[in-house]
Amino acid sequence: MTNPAIAAQGVWFTYPDGREVLQGLDLRVEEGERVALLGPNGAGKTTLALHLNGIHEAESGAIHVGELELNPSNLMEIRRRVGLVFQDPDDQLFMPNVAEDVAFGPANLGLSGAELDARVTEALAAVEAGSLADRAPHHLSGGERRRVAIATVLAMRPDVLVLDEPSSGLDPAGRRELVATLQGLNITQLVITHDLPFALELCKRAVIMDGGRVVADGSAAEILANDELLRNHRLEMPFGFNQAGS
Amino acid sequence: MGVGHAHALYIHEHTPIHRMAPEAKLVAAFAFVAAVALTPREAVWAFAIYAVTIAVLIRTARVPARFVAVRLTTIAPFIVFALFIPFIASGEQVELLGVSVSRDGLWGTWNVVAKATIGATVSIVLAATTEIPEILRGMSVLRVPAPLTAIALFMVRYMELVAQELGRMRTAMIARGYDPRWLWQAKPIAAAAGATFVRSYERGERVHAAMLARGYAGAMPELNHRRANRSEWLMSASLPVLGITVALVALVVT
Repeated sequence: MTNPAIAAQGVWFTYPDGREVLQGLDLRVEEGERVALLGPNGAGKTTLALHLNGIHEAESGAIHVGELELNPSNLMEIRRRVGLVFQDPDDQLFMPNVAEDVAFGPANLGLSGAELDARVTEALAAVEAGSLADRAPHHLSGGERRRVAIATVLAMRPDVLVLDEPSSGLDPAGRRELVATLQGLNITQLVITHDLPFALELCKRAVIMDGGRVVADGSAAEILANDELLRNHRLEMPFGFNQAGS
Repeated sequence: MGVGHAHALYIHEHTPIHRMAPEAKLVAAFAFVAAVALTPREAVWAFAIYAVTIAVLIRTARVPARFVAVRLTTIAPFIVFALFIPFIASGEQVELLGVSVSRDGLWGTWNVVAKATIGATVSIVLAATTEIPEILRGMSVLRVPAPLTAIALFMVRYMELVAQELGRMRTAMIARGYDPRWLWQAKPIAAAAGATFVRSYERGERVHAAMLARGYAGAMPELNHRRANRSEWLMSASLPVLGITVALVALVVT
């Protein structure tokens, strides 16, 4: 059996203020999968994302990315492999213009010159944002910002994309374009979201996290049709959606 | 590389001065202003040459004279201070419009007004032809310590966001009937400033996490940027060479 794209085993994490946010979390994402990670606020979804590329260090348990077990000596390679797209693009886009921001990651990996330029062009093309290269991030629309934020991690040619609430704050057209962008990327994806129709449209598999562990894992269609399960974890389909009938 | 829309100090144009690499412009501006500062105040002819040079510079850069004049009001406080010098300085007194003033003091006023105006005008032209990220890039080419340029870079990037945040808080206060007229009503403003500080600190932490996630290891990476070439250095050097020559001649003859 091949290595999973991501495997978290028994991960525990407590914030300095004493909140035990991850309590023995187990999660396995296979290569090429697109998985929705659902759960109420405070379930530990973002904290898990920050563990997957070593921003936070687990107290116990192990995280594997491909065949590599995350440890301080391979942090750089793990960060190349796992591309983290943050919830607020203004946190992700910190350079004066889009091209420089996209170049930031690959430059940290040691790329320079024509090779670096080629990476930037390739990543922006993948999210159809080539025309935005010279723009300042604060002059982009919400949807453009989100796509550029994705390009900043694609430029590192990651194996896995972890997206934190990618559809939040987008208008309906921006949301639809984002779905198309993500569907067009041939890469393993873990999509953290509260937007259940978005999860259903994008992912075959859904995982519900609550209280720092995985409480449900299965086909997105089945999980999102299980009203009782959703209700138990403060999730619900928006009014008017009845996906069981779709 | 342009940044699309730019800051208030920038005039969008396509002139040789706009196109010139920022490091060359920075060195030229700094050296020229230093030469002006060292020019003896009695060499009025030298200041006339500087004035003409700057006028040519402003014209070449297609910066509107009105824009320069408005920006020059920044130095008004210094000018006002300088105007008092003749009345408080000691030494030989002369009559000026029926008032007895110090001759030395008059020279002092002239010295401050002329040099401050020239220095400020040069920096206005520099800022009008160079976007802020470009200036910072030029500084890093000139080996200004990276932490300083990085801090300035983030300040430029996030200042607008912080201003927007403050604006939203202000709107929220007004929407709930807050209409401050007196100093003792300022407490909510102080609270908003405090909240903005905490939010900015938290944003700093998130930005840092985003940087780590993309392999940041403590130093900003080298990005591809065009460096000043020989002809740009030569062209930009004409300004300080002229300034230094005039200053030296003035030092010798006065």
